[in-house]
Amino acid sequence: MNFDLSEEQQILVDTVANYVKNDSPVERFRKLRESERGWEPEAWARMGEMGWLGIPFPEEHGGFGARFVDLALVLEQLGRGLVPEPMIPSVVLAGGLLSRLGSDAQRDQFLTPMIEGRSSLALAYAERQSRYCLHDCQTTAKRSGAGWTLSGEKTWVLNGHAADHLVVLARTSGAVDAAEGLSLFVVDGNAAGVDRVRAPGMDGQRSALVRLRDAAVGADRLLGPEGGALPHLEWAIDRGAAAACAEGQGAIQELFERTVAYLKQRVQFGVPIGSFQALQHKAADMYAETELCKSSMLLAAIQADAEDAETRQAEISTAKLQLTKGGWFVQANAIQLFGGIGVTDEQDEGLFFKRLRVLQALFGDADHHADRFQQLSRFTSES
Amino acid sequence: MDLSYTPEQIEFRREVRAWIESAMPAHLKSKARGAGHYEHAEVMEWHKILYAKGWIAPHWPKEVGGPGWNIAQRHIFGEELVRANAPQLSPFGLGMVGPLLIQYGTDEQKKRFLPKILSGEEVWCQGYSEPNAGSDLASLQLRAEKDGDDYVLNGQKTWTTNAQYAHWIFVLARTDASGKKQEGITFILADVRNTPGITVKPFLTTGGTDAFSETWFQNARVPQSNRVGPENGGWTMAKALLGHERTLIGGIAESRRWLNLCKRIAAGTPVGRGRLIEDAAFRRRIARLEMRLRSLEMVQLRALAAAQLGRAPGPESSILKIVGTELEQEITELVMDALGHDALGWLDTPPEALPEIERGVASQFNYLRAATIYGGSNEIQRNIIAKQILRLPTA
Repeated sequence: MNFDLSEEQQILVDTVANYVKNDSPVERFRKLRESERGWEPEAWARMGEMGWLGIPFPEEHGGFGARFVDLALVLEQLGRGLVPEPMIPSVVLAGGLLSRLGSDAQRDQFLTPMIEGRSSLALAYAERQSRYCLHDCQTTAKRSGAGWTLSGEKTWVLNGHAADHLVVLARTSGAVDAAEGLSLFVVDGNAAGVDRVRAPGMDGQRSALVRLRDAAVGADRLLGPEGGALPHLEWAIDRGAAAACAEGQGAIQELFERTVAYLKQRVQFGVPIGSFQALQHKAADMYAETELCKSSMLLAAIQADAEDAETRQAEISTAKLQLTKGGWFVQANAIQLFGGIGVTDEQDEGLFFKRLRVLQALFGDADHHADRFQQLSRFTSES
Repeated sequence: MDLSYTPEQIEFRREVRAWIESAMPAHLKSKARGAGHYEHAEVMEWHKILYAKGWIAPHWPKEVGGPGWNIAQRHIFGEELVRANAPQLSPFGLGMVGPLLIQYGTDEQKKRFLPKILSGEEVWCQGYSEPNAGSDLASLQLRAEKDGDDYVLNGQKTWTTNAQYAHWIFVLARTDASGKKQEGITFILADVRNTPGITVKPFLTTGGTDAFSETWFQNARVPQSNRVGPENGGWTMAKALLGHERTLIGGIAESRRWLNLCKRIAAGTPVGRGRLIEDAAFRRRIARLEMRLRSLEMVQLRALAAAQLGRAPGPESSILKIVGTELEQEITELVMDALGHDALGWLDTPPEALPEIERGVASQFNYLRAATIYGGSNEIQRNIIAKQILRLPTA
């Protein structure tokens, strides 16, 4: 048992931290949030060159052959600079599914260019009525000739506005919320019948509402087993949740440190406000929650690769709950301690606050994860 | 970064589990199934069983009686003790004065005291707080004056947990009142039972038990060879020891036991046509607390792993104290909620009126209000974080 970073991990963390410091401070994101795409293909290509987009994929898939926790360490650093390139949708979600389920041809066609930073991906799974239920899916895929036609509407598709290819969840059989009968398809972003409504979000990042109207794909676009997508989707969304915790950790850490620095610098009543015990105790509690977030995030990231689904789910739900409750404590009090300027747009703290709130809503909120946790078989066995 | 268990560690866990199962006497096992408040005699009975096995002090170096385990083995051992609801050993000897003596004691002191801490022949208690020195511990007034080869102690200690069972007490005493209050304190060991002038009077707590005492010193003579560390250097000892204490009093193991008990009680509690454990809202409440406990366990594990690499418990152990004790209280509050009307019961309610599994819950629920107070109140812990970690300015 060892929680220290290996030499390779330390080098990776330092490299990403330097990138954020020198090439992607928050000001870069500030400019990009005004842009159409919200992120830069040049930056994406550079991340590909540096190998970050291939971290969790096996070497035979063109990846780095590292573990999820290594990707989490990268995301944590990127979170400190609010780096907007689509790591979670492209690498963790769609990339993860392509690596896990794709045929050699599918990986060559869709995964390899993404790893090299030449294209980006998205996963379209959520729908208006589905909330966090992954198998509540009204989008259908019907056989049509040798291929399929897809119809339905997907909401909040992260990077859906810009992705070259979308991995789309659709029902190939069964009732609307049946666990069986779900399949995944790879759909070109510009295909006929795919209508993408760009949806700017609270955090200044972009999603899309994706409407599929008899969008036709060939038989070679079915990703993984027909009708058996659910366990794979659950796996991918779990890793999305772990990734949200990792990126969120960077934002929490940044907010916390900025708040402590401000408490030392801001003077009222002739003294730094950090000398007031009421504020010191708030800061101490923020420190505790930040450490709880960090610890649970690391455990979740390590177990994201676990063979056993219950182990993975238990730790990821634990971390997501902590991000959503403990992280909230940090972000809410950060704004409070900054006072009025904390709610101005010119101050960066509000940007971290908003990004965190988005990460908290993604991949299951606190109640969702508490409920999933209590349904694990280990919950009622003695621990 | 690696969390996985090796085949040797998995085998070690199996060995520990099997041993606990065979070594734990039936009357302790039967208590382990309920709220499991163990009497002092039962704790010491279990202490002696662990001692005989050589497993009494997992965190001590091998040269002074530890089993020579690594961090993973110690963690596994701890998990298995919790799983079995085994009695929690008194921390004052094994967890506090023992490690302090190992670090700062003379060879004679180590020879004299460590073996009997291990064997349980000598029980220890802690003489820190005084009626006028609680959170402001450094303002303590119990005097130690040199006279020949002795110190003569005069004053009063309070909240001396276990003093009524103890053979020895470690005392913070004032040896110099002239300078800064932290600089005139000395760490002294005293024989509670054989020193004329020391008297102990237990308090009855709101939990209905006498967990702690008041201890008086009237011209109590203690040899100067019982001083640990330099004269007027006791504050350094006190702080080193408080670091050890805070890693122990987060109550993480107890919280795990309470959660298990909560689920057992809820599984036996009828609600309408079902059981309380089937109620989704109640399950969610349990889940929230269990998940928070899991996050805290991970903080502890990281602290232990750092300790294994030779880093002393730092001020971050304050987190374990704050979050651990507040969580422990929340969990006991949840168990009380699970009881419904049975929450009215008390230690002397007859078994016909109160199921055995629920006995002791209300007592512990009351007693554990002390958890956020003892070992340095949680407000003091927050001060320590603000000052020592966050380096916030002083008023």
